[in-house]
Amino acid sequence: MSAQIPEVRSTEQLREKWMKPEVITGSEILLRSLLLEGVECVFGYPGGAVLYIYDAMYGFEDFKHVLTRHEQGAIHAADGYARASGKVGVCIATSGPGATNLVTGIATAYMDSVPLVVITGNVATSLIGTDAFQEADITGITMPITKHSYLVRDVKDLPRIIHEAFHIASTGRKGPVLIDIPKDVSAALTLFEPSSNAVNLRGYNPRMVPNKLQLDKLVQAIQDAERPMILAGGGVIYSGGHEALYEFVKRTEIPITTTLLGLGAFPSGHELWTGMPGMHGTYTSNMAIQESDLLINIGARFDDRVTGNLNGFAPHAKIVHIDIDPAEIGKNVPTDIPIVGDVKTVLEMLNPEVSRADQADAWRAQIQKWKSEQPYRYQDSDTVLKPQWVIEMLNETTKGEAIVTTDVGQHQMWAAQYYKFNQPRSWITSGGLGTMGFGLPSAIGAQMAHPERLVISVNGDGGMQMCSQELAICAINNIPVKIVIINNQVLGMVRQWQELIYDNRYSHIDLEGSPDFVKLAEAYGVKGLRATNKEEARQAWAEALETPGPVVVEFVVSKGENVYPMVTQGSTIDQMLLGDA
Amino acid sequence: MSTRHTIAVLVNDQPGVLQRVSGLFGRRGFNIESITVGQSEETGLSRMVIVTVGDEQTLEQIEKQLYKLIDVIKVINLSSNPMVARELALIKVNAEPSERPEIMGVVETFRAAVVDIGSHNLMVQVVGDTTKIDAMIELLKPYGIRELSRTGVTAMIRGNV
Ligand SMILES: Cc1ncc(C[n+]2csc(CCOP(=O)(O)OP(=O)(O)O)c2C)c(N)n1
Repeated sequence: MSAQIPEVRSTEQLREKWMKPEVITGSEILLRSLLLEGVECVFGYPGGAVLYIYDAMYGFEDFKHVLTRHEQGAIHAADGYARASGKVGVCIATSGPGATNLVTGIATAYMDSVPLVVITGNVATSLIGTDAFQEADITGITMPITKHSYLVRDVKDLPRIIHEAFHIASTGRKGPVLIDIPKDVSAALTLFEPSSNAVNLRGYNPRMVPNKLQLDKLVQAIQDAERPMILAGGGVIYSGGHEALYEFVKRTEIPITTTLLGLGAFPSGHELWTGMPGMHGTYTSNMAIQESDLLINIGARFDDRVTGNLNGFAPHAKIVHIDIDPAEIGKNVPTDIPIVGDVKTVLEMLNPEVSRADQADAWRAQIQKWKSEQPYRYQDSDTVLKPQWVIEMLNETTKGEAIVTTDVGQHQMWAAQYYKFNQPRSWITSGGLGTMGFGLPSAIGAQMAHPERLVISVNGDGGMQMCSQELAICAINNIPVKIVIINNQVLGMVRQWQELIYDNRYSHIDLEGSPDFVKLAEAYGVKGLRATNKEEARQAWAEALETPGPVVVEFVVSKGENVYPMVTQGSTIDQMLLGDA
Repeated sequence: MSTRHTIAVLVNDQPGVLQRVSGLFGRRGFNIESITVGQSEETGLSRMVIVTVGDEQTLEQIEKQLYKLIDVIKVINLSSNPMVARELALIKVNAEPSERPEIMGVVETFRAAVVDIGSHNLMVQVVGDTTKIDAMIELLKPYGIRELSRTGVTAMIRGNV
């Protein structure tokens, strides 16, 4: 299957083949350096400023290059690959319009701390600053949305810069790093001497090991707490700390809520798990946060979608915040016990010290009571398809074991609510930026990372049309993604806000003019299926699962469905609209 | 409570580093009252001195956010220590010959210097802390200030620290 990335080679073999001292071009240095970093695949799109690089890739087979149909597709795919694999995602674009087409994807990765190395071409160094053809100051444009960036002025710096870029992207709080390479630099010749060049960055020393005194304070606080609660986020997954987290909960028996990006960090079937918190979180999670006397934030950033109105957030709780990024601590919520360090390291140090606090029994009972009284619920129907039902069906038929990527909107929230994740890196969604167009390309990247796993991409009919051109990539590379479209004929999430907050004034949300998605799929050579009721839905989905390649399944669902619970802007999170189901 | 803070930032002498630092202030909604950059005692490193206004929590965020920049080596809160802070201003002030003795009186009191004389004006150079320069400007205003250029503050902690 061509979706497969080249066989994993040992670094030794690669060194043998490519890593001898030699005078070569900047472009060849780039490719060899990428191999040295263990890169298996890159997503990209050529153009004038990167033609030397593409020339060097002619016939090059030691990593796979996927030609997407839009640079936005390339960077979201690299992002999906990184989130699914835990490795650094790589994408390449040309200068000017190619580079600016990456901006949304860079911001998406930055907001969600996803490690990417983004390579752009630029005009020749002699032309920089002259408004030359296809010149854009991409390092300047992306400065606020990258962890770091480089404009390479001398080909001799290239090996060091690439090595540093991978190091910066994948350590500490992860994030996208941009390398802008002028055309003459990619053409210039120099002696390439591969080395295991250790990184020497004076201003960059992420702190992994926490302060022991702070840990002791936390251990004591756990002993003293009557209503402790854990709020776990994406940092758990990024640090590889999910097993340590499980152990921590097992020892302490503290109830746990996981944020949107933290879904999969803790098994959803566990009785101490309360679901997601925040705007569309569970009643239990929100009430528990508000009633808690100790809130232990592990690798989450107190996003406003989680906290609601900050005046009145967790009013009774002593706040503990564990984060690798010191700047997150105290940024939104004043912290009583700050713990700076790598989540996994922190939890592994804590685990031998902690045990169950017995005075919290009444609290655990209260949590179970909330859970049974107020689960997620909706009014099912036998005449129209309900989107929540569709997600439940996906969950049941795949036993919660697929990798699910989503676009942004109501379908994203329903997928977060009704699909049950038990493993980390199985849930891929744009949380911080909320980027429509992310669903399909990120699924392509995730499938590249895990060719053997089932990857489902859940999209709205709106967002699907923002990167639908990438269906071509699924077809030609035979990437077996199952692309679900929850078609409610409107920009659903916007409709929901207009209904609830803007007094039913439905302004510009009608998606009239959408393509026939089945035909659209077929036009790209992808199988297309449509379902309008439960029986068709079960059949279509079964057929999709049995079909070896990519499939688009459109579920035509009821139009006016809303996501509940909902905390509206300005409310504290215990003030939830629960809907009428 | 909002107060004025003076921070020194030691940065790699890289193209774009001023943009990174000032961009961070803009994007995070921190205010910059003045910013100066120049060489430091170590080759390859520049020292920026930034004067900003904000409460303690904002100051803490500024420091932490600055440390996130890869090119930032060290952030020092100068105003939490006894420090020497200096600014330089050049002031071109209207000065008909009849008014000159009076203006010279102001200049001498402030230990400033006249660095240029035109037929109808004088250029005055003054060095000192921000309040001294503010005061000097106030006193020269009645004569008519034609041009004013201030450097912003540069500063250091006193003694052996
Ligand atoms: C690029 C981008 N533009 C606009 C938005 C604002 N937005 C958020 S949800 C939404 C509606 C999405 O509609 P659809 O894709 O049909 O999904 P649904 O909500 O109906 O499930 C919009 C427009 C966004 N998140 N991203």
